[in-house]
Amino acid sequence: MNVMDLLVSLTHTLVLTFKDVLPVLLLLVLFQLAVVRKPLPNWKRMAAGFVFVLIGLALFLDGLETALFPIGKIMARQLSDPAFLYGSEGAPARAEWTAYGWVYLFGALVGFATTIAEPALIAVAFKVNQVSRGAIREWGLRLAVAFGVAIGIGLGTFRIVTGTPIYLYIMAGYAIVVVQTLFAPREIIPIAYDSGGVTTSTVTVPLVAALGIGLSETVPGRNPALDGFGLIAFASLFPMMTVMGYAQLASWLAKRRVG
Amino acid sequence: MSERTERLRALFRPLRFFGRNLLGSCRDLIPIVGVIAVFQLAVLQTPFPALFEVLTGLFLVILGLSLFVLGLEIGLFPIGEAMAEALAFKGSLFWLLVFGFGLGFSTTVAEPALIAVTQQASAVAAEGGLIEAEPHAMGSYAMGLRLTVALSVGIAILLGLFRILKGWPLHFLIIGGYLLVLVMTSFAPREIIGIAYDSGGVTTSTVTVPLVTALGVGLASTIRGRNPLVDGFGLIALASLMPILFVMAFGMVFFHG
Repeated sequence: MNVMDLLVSLTHTLVLTFKDVLPVLLLLVLFQLAVVRKPLPNWKRMAAGFVFVLIGLALFLDGLETALFPIGKIMARQLSDPAFLYGSEGAPARAEWTAYGWVYLFGALVGFATTIAEPALIAVAFKVNQVSRGAIREWGLRLAVAFGVAIGIGLGTFRIVTGTPIYLYIMAGYAIVVVQTLFAPREIIPIAYDSGGVTTSTVTVPLVAALGIGLSETVPGRNPALDGFGLIAFASLFPMMTVMGYAQLASWLAKRRVG
Repeated sequence: MSERTERLRALFRPLRFFGRNLLGSCRDLIPIVGVIAVFQLAVLQTPFPALFEVLTGLFLVILGLSLFVLGLEIGLFPIGEAMAEALAFKGSLFWLLVFGFGLGFSTTVAEPALIAVTQQASAVAAEGGLIEAEPHAMGSYAMGLRLTVALSVGIAILLGLFRILKGWPLHFLIIGGYLLVLVMTSFAPREIIGIAYDSGGVTTSTVTVPLVTALGVGLASTIRGRNPLVDGFGLIALASLMPILFVMAFGMVFFHG
């Protein structure tokens, strides 16, 4: 890609982006003038911020096309390539789920690594440690969430390879969450529910989505439209379980120490 | 003299923000790059394909995301938060609900992660022959998905604000909602189910969470007997649930209708 192409595509994205961000701006300005009825405080700052948002979003979306989507798909293609999986013997006609071990490991590691470094999670863990008066350790919570995301994406890639229906996993998952909610310490419940949403950051989502779609394209017998999605849903579900599980374990250990 | 240093400082403050955001975006990416590098070198043992293009793209992603967050922090968040608080204290139920809906809707339309996922969804649907494989049809499918999700987040915020005002327990809404998800899953076209479940997790990221949380916490702290922490969270939980229902309904209309 040369510089000219890049500029042309950037300008194009910039125009599209403008339409995307316009509603937020209109809402804020209209409410300020019509309902709050005060002049805009610091409107120059706000205008500058709006311009930054526009340019930033346009750059991000262009980078998405040339980097994040391709990375996800390239990794999926490489790791599920028959030549890599079966060597020179040639691939069997039907996909064997046992052959795809590296894919599960890759998914789990990407989930774990991105979550452990997630700024939002670090902030939440700090708060939780304070609120629980040290009973829930910062690193304990961060590890619990990261393991949850790792299990989620690992199991999600397994589901794509086997082609089993997603709602079975989700149903079973929420059934477990409901049962855990009954037994978990009460203060942890909102945090546990929240930690599902916190983990899926703007960089991780496109990459993981592309990983799932790429995988469903290369595994024989899978249809991207049916099997390609669902990794993000899994990554939001499993941290709830691991966080509540961690809290149950922590309170059980604390009780045993006292008793 | 002191006025001048003050001015200089004000001029450089955004730059410092920008530097911090740049570091934050890098921190998001480094673990991914690390895992890929290890796999490429130790497991696959081949050079990474299209390395230069991907690196250029990663650079754009880092730069773009940092600018985006900088813009939100200096421009949109302060006014959004101030307004959310002003409306919560003003006590006009009608305008509060209208604002809540508008905030949920407009921030979701501009959510980068959602734009990314709907793009992928339309590409996959076109390859699978569910929609015509030409830019116009793909664009309108992606836009339809985005508007559906945005509408559902708007309604979720509306419902969530109402819940805070009335003090309804959250878990009835959530458990009822997920029962509805189960029922709809058995009727919805199979092609939409995965996307629908995913769209719940996608909506709660960069733009939506800070503004919506400010609104919820602002409102909850004006009403006696409400806990700001617990109720600020309720809005996000609803905003992750409602898109699942709405996207499945969208699929029913789009593929059957």
